[in-house]
Amino acid sequence: MKLYCLSGHPTLPCNVLKFKSTTIMLDCGLDMTSTLNFLPLPLVQSPRLSNLPGWSLKDGNAFLDKELKECSGHVFVDSVPEFCLPETELIDLSTVDVILISNYHCMMALPYITEHTGFTGTVYATEPTVQIGRLLMEELVNFIERVPKAQSASLWKNKDIQRLLPSPLKDAVEVSTWRRCYTMQEVNSALSKIQLVGYSQKIELFGAVQVTPLSSGYALGSSNWIIQSHYEKVSYVSGSSLLTTHPQHLTAAVDTVHQSLVELPSGLGFWSKLVVVVFLFLFYLIFCRIIGRKRCLLSLPSSSFSQPMDQASLKNSDVLVLTGLTQIPTANPDGMVGEFCSNLALTVRNGGNVLVPCYPSGVIYDLLECLYQYIDSAGLSNIPFYFISPVANSSLEFSQIFAEWLCHNKQTKVYLPEPPFPHAELIQTNKLRHYPSIHGDFSNDFRQPCVVFTGHPSLRFGDVVHFMELWGKSSLNTVIFTEPDFSYLEALAPYQPLAMKCIYCPIDTRLNFIQVSKLLKEVQPLHVVCPEQYTQPPPAQSHRMDLMIDCQPPAMSYRRAEVLALPFKRLFEKIEIMPELADSLVPMEIKPGISLATVSAVLHTKDNKHVLQPPPRPAPPTSGKKRKRASEDIPDCKVLKPLLSGSIPVEQFVQTLEKHGFSDVKVEDTAKGHIVLLQEAETLIQIEEDSTHIICDNDEMLRVRLRDLVLKFLQKF
Amino acid sequence: MAAEGSSLQLLQENPCLVELLCHVLKPQGLSARVLSFSLRLAGVFAAQESCFQYLQQAELLPGLFGEAGPLGQAAWSAPTVRSGWIQGLRSLAQHPSALPFLADCGTLDTIFSLQGDSSLFVASAAGQLLVHILGLSLQGPAEGPPSPQACDWPVCAQKIVGHIEGSLRSMATPQVTQALNVLTTTFGHCHGPWMQVLWERLSPLVACLLQEDPLPAAHSLVDLLLSVARSPVLSSSDCGLWETLAQTLRRLSPAQAGPLALGILKLQDCPQALRAQAFGVLLQPLACVLTAADQAPGPPGLPEGTTGDSVTVDTLLSSKSACAGLLCQTLAHLELLQPLPQRPSPWPQAPLLGAAVTILRFCNGSAAPASDVGGRLCAILAGCVRVQRAALDFLGALAQETGPQELVTQVSAVLLEYLRSPDSSPTVLKKAFQATLRWLLSSPRAPGCCDLDPDTQLFLRELLPVLRKRLCSPCWEVRDSGLEFLTQVTRHWGGQAGFRHALLASEVPELAEQLLRDPESYVRASAVTAVGQLSSQGLHATAASPEQLGGQKESLLAELLHVLSTDSEGFPRRAAMQVFTEWLRDRHADVAEDTERFVARVLQAASRDLDWEVRAQGLELALVFLAQTLGQPSARCPYAVAAPQATPPGPLAQALRALSRVRLFEFAFRALFDCDRPVAQKSCDLLLFLRAQATPSGGLQEAEGSPDVVPVEAALQRWRAGEQGEPLGDLEPEAVLAVLRSLDLEGLRGALAESSDHVEKSPQSLLQDMLATVGVRGENQADCY
Repeated sequence: MKLYCLSGHPTLPCNVLKFKSTTIMLDCGLDMTSTLNFLPLPLVQSPRLSNLPGWSLKDGNAFLDKELKECSGHVFVDSVPEFCLPETELIDLSTVDVILISNYHCMMALPYITEHTGFTGTVYATEPTVQIGRLLMEELVNFIERVPKAQSASLWKNKDIQRLLPSPLKDAVEVSTWRRCYTMQEVNSALSKIQLVGYSQKIELFGAVQVTPLSSGYALGSSNWIIQSHYEKVSYVSGSSLLTTHPQHLTAAVDTVHQSLVELPSGLGFWSKLVVVVFLFLFYLIFCRIIGRKRCLLSLPSSSFSQPMDQASLKNSDVLVLTGLTQIPTANPDGMVGEFCSNLALTVRNGGNVLVPCYPSGVIYDLLECLYQYIDSAGLSNIPFYFISPVANSSLEFSQIFAEWLCHNKQTKVYLPEPPFPHAELIQTNKLRHYPSIHGDFSNDFRQPCVVFTGHPSLRFGDVVHFMELWGKSSLNTVIFTEPDFSYLEALAPYQPLAMKCIYCPIDTRLNFIQVSKLLKEVQPLHVVCPEQYTQPPPAQSHRMDLMIDCQPPAMSYRRAEVLALPFKRLFEKIEIMPELADSLVPMEIKPGISLATVSAVLHTKDNKHVLQPPPRPAPPTSGKKRKRASEDIPDCKVLKPLLSGSIPVEQFVQTLEKHGFSDVKVEDTAKGHIVLLQEAETLIQIEEDSTHIICDNDEMLRVRLRDLVLKFLQKF
Repeated sequence: MAAEGSSLQLLQENPCLVELLCHVLKPQGLSARVLSFSLRLAGVFAAQESCFQYLQQAELLPGLFGEAGPLGQAAWSAPTVRSGWIQGLRSLAQHPSALPFLADCGTLDTIFSLQGDSSLFVASAAGQLLVHILGLSLQGPAEGPPSPQACDWPVCAQKIVGHIEGSLRSMATPQVTQALNVLTTTFGHCHGPWMQVLWERLSPLVACLLQEDPLPAAHSLVDLLLSVARSPVLSSSDCGLWETLAQTLRRLSPAQAGPLALGILKLQDCPQALRAQAFGVLLQPLACVLTAADQAPGPPGLPEGTTGDSVTVDTLLSSKSACAGLLCQTLAHLELLQPLPQRPSPWPQAPLLGAAVTILRFCNGSAAPASDVGGRLCAILAGCVRVQRAALDFLGALAQETGPQELVTQVSAVLLEYLRSPDSSPTVLKKAFQATLRWLLSSPRAPGCCDLDPDTQLFLRELLPVLRKRLCSPCWEVRDSGLEFLTQVTRHWGGQAGFRHALLASEVPELAEQLLRDPESYVRASAVTAVGQLSSQGLHATAASPEQLGGQKESLLAELLHVLSTDSEGFPRRAAMQVFTEWLRDRHADVAEDTERFVARVLQAASRDLDWEVRAQGLELALVFLAQTLGQPSARCPYAVAAPQATPPGPLAQALRALSRVRLFEFAFRALFDCDRPVAQKSCDLLLFLRAQATPSGGLQEAEGSPDVVPVEAALQRWRAGEQGEPLGDLEPEAVLAVLRSLDLEGLRGALAESSDHVEKSPQSLLQDMLATVGVRGENQADCY
């Protein structure tokens, strides 16, 4: 069993698992951080960007000045942004049988794989994953295609030239494999290869393995996967969240109250009991009130979107591949939402605008739900919220219709005359307005101060570029980064000098290391495999030993372009016995509860299924030709020697030897058993757990005698 | 009845009682409750010696409490019967003649076994009973010092002590715990000279316990040793106690030793060496933290010998819960110790500050320890809310004294980090605000002037933006803590120019005013208090713009009145009443403009309020106004001392008319019959004060002739009957005074001072209940007792 690691990005994984003659790709993430090396694509002509000076080498050589521009000490490639693809050389991707997608963020490289590698297999994903993934891809293609750029830079990628460039361009890896964005046609073709699956649906792959998606609790339709055969189980955990909707602490409170009532000392009188009950009830009410309020404003609703994470099904795994943990392990999502709201309110109150670079799905639902509850209390009811994305409308509408994928809490709302997500109400009351782009209706409706949600979080393309240019000069405005995928300092680099305030509130609800530690304790896999980043503290906080995976045995780590041999051997294979063959067996009980029978049969293997069939009866000898053919078909069924079982009690064996005239018997203990030494006969009898050897010097008579003595202690059948 | 007279007589006069007890003796299917009651009743009777003899003669007592009694019956399985049995014995054991009875009929053995009863109440009562019997048996005959020889002791005492010795020798944790608990209670409650003998006899066994590994019942052992050490009989004598304590301190695990160390340090008379040892034990976890953070050979400033030993380090590193538990316990103990006069001296303020700061830095991950232990400690403590809260509390407590400037700067920095961090949980933030307040208020004034020193001003400039952000938090607890902090800091520093300047330059006052409309009632209440305080100090948001002064000022008063009359929740309305009372008391400018109108409006709103606290606060405000109007300068507690000086008749009439104009009389009279007792009590006090103030002169009534009190009394009658009734309109002061004189206010005050259920508890009420029950059921099945 091997794991081929095609991506080094821990939250945008792309691995290939070879397991029992199947080749399974686990996720297909696209690392977009490469785009940070490029100049932003302005939607409206930007004199500032177009007038940036070209970059020249220290010796004044300016041959790269068309390709590279300098801005506030940083150098950027002036070209259409390119993405860093998963490794395509490590394994022949045309041999991949299936691709399993765990969430919509982890499928962005799909068109590159399915359309350009000879891939002929099937992709499995849940419906919301596909639909929202499509929106993300559509938005990406739209952002890039609507600002066509004639120029394409490739000179700087030359290895000899790249060495001369300043950081981070100098250190960028595999630049030669960077590719431009795919087209909508490729997206459609890729998505057509996807087969939709539901949670807990069992999918057979060639009879060899079974794959099953499980709810991972992170996003709408997000899933972990189980890949198992009859005797082996691999779990793939990618992008999971444990923030649950069902307030377990409340349930716990009810349990406590109930438990306390049950455990009330029986010596208490009725009135004392009543007092205790009333007290506990009051306590419970107060507790509910406090928790209720907290949940109302503090906790992230994102957890409430999707069904809770299915942990139980991950138990008894031989290998657990763990990817997609939180990218901000030190930040608590609830605290960040608070920070987001506070900064938003302060900015707007002072007449400034707030820009929130974001993806068109995911965290934005969280933020809108929090704001829905917050704006009235903060006196922001008159502030317009704009959501600008080519897919804004679809995103807002899609989220309302995936009833079966929502948590119980939201599911019940689907059957009421109110939408499950409150952003519908924000739209109805005109507090939230959405537009496909800054062009068109938006420019008529636009009024300030306002809050704008728009993409792309890298600040390299999309409508966000326009707002950065528009609002960057005023210190009244604020840009609040909520997506954790990009370093906000690097994202802001081409906009320097910048007067607007920058707030970094990354919201990542995926598992943190404490949750992982609890998960691993509960699930107890035999081996854990994870990206190397998770096996050591983050470089910036090398003392934080709590920010790494701590498990026993230590997790195996992988990095990009590595092949891991997974540390377990397959010991068993399931074989079916045909009923008529089973009928013919005569088990013999060798010790209480254990019966054995010898089987003579033909092993028939097809489509990774093994069946024992009765051996064909020897055909009656007819013509010589026929007999010859028949004897070719039928395997030789030799008369088998009886099978032996049991153990040899050394002391009794020695006594038996002595009774049979062997004197001078010595016994030595060895690591594996015993050696009985017949000094006179110069003979050794080596008795081990699973074998007994008689070593004597060419005396067959003696050997047979001794063998028969040994056999007396064993059972035959 | 038994408590008030002779039980014997009662029994003799009511033979049915003895019959009842005899009836119980018969083996029959009596209900457990009746049996339990009978046992308790028998105990109450037998508490008097004469009656005890009487019942003995009737051979009732052995039947009830001896082995032949309910012990063997099926009813014994009911905890209520066992509990009744113990309570009966507890009542019975009041006189020496009961002791032979207890010793002879096997009662003690049953009590011993009940110590391990499945019902905690029974088990605890059994232990208490043993203590009581031991005390009774030992205190009686001993006139001189009791003999150390056990054979000279009363049989009961011998048996009990023998049982305790046996339990201690058994080394089994449940038995040892029971024995130690009995001893702890004994040494805590009994103070006879025999205590010393008892301790001398038992201390070797306690010392033996200390040799055991693992130590059984360590917590109970600590309790016992502290109880012995606190006992005046023993602590003054040299009976090896201090040595045992020292040995125990060495023997216990760090978590177990903490409470013992604190207990020792709280003792008044204790050898210095033992105190030093105890303090060392208490400081050890913090010494470990400091060592782990610094990698220095030993933390400077701690008393000598206080180094983090390996056992403490192991405990800290063993698990998250153990580490958090030990640190929280240590911090809480030191916090308790800090303000005590007998705390160790010199007090290691600097290392303690350092330790608190280091722990807080470990918890938020900002410390970068070089040592391996530090790294592991950091991993364990990162994000641990419990430790953060304990450390912030402790840090706040340390603000009573200052420390080296460098450390104070670190304290400010770490507090700011916590206040700023988005990851601070609401409870941690609250603690951080509280600690910050304590440090701010303890900061030194700049030399030569009364304003804040430059460091504090610098700190304030950093703090206020944080406060501003916190007031915008989506979490209501955070907004609430922020407002509370603002109120407190303004109360103390409202007069400091530096603070005023910084606050007015920030956006905080405006935000506070906006929070008056917060959706959360707690926050609205805090906002009302904060805005009221800001306004009192002239720091209200709009006070800065003079051109709008008049209109805006009015608007704040109007806004608070609006809160008072319309807010759906009680907390903001109560807060508004408190602010108004304070404003009136301090003669706030808004109020002083037209005090009568202000009081009239507030009282009108308060009188309609459904929340009794608002009405009670309304009376408080009325009292302040009364005191101001009648010229009583000390309005704090005007009716508490001697009768106040009467006001002369002329101004008095004028003042009374003013009170009438604001409808204070009507408000007070209506409150007199309020269904909530505190309101009625307050009103009663107010009217008593008014009467004392106004009537001694007597001239008013005579001058005006007899007033028409009929409408007032009619209204009072209606209110007393619980009706709403019409408003009274303007009252003639003379009529009010006449009504005041006619009311039995003292009697009313006495009635109100009774507990709220005194009516229900009275025999008359019981009788009524019984009659009612009988009447309803139609047959005589009432459970009268």
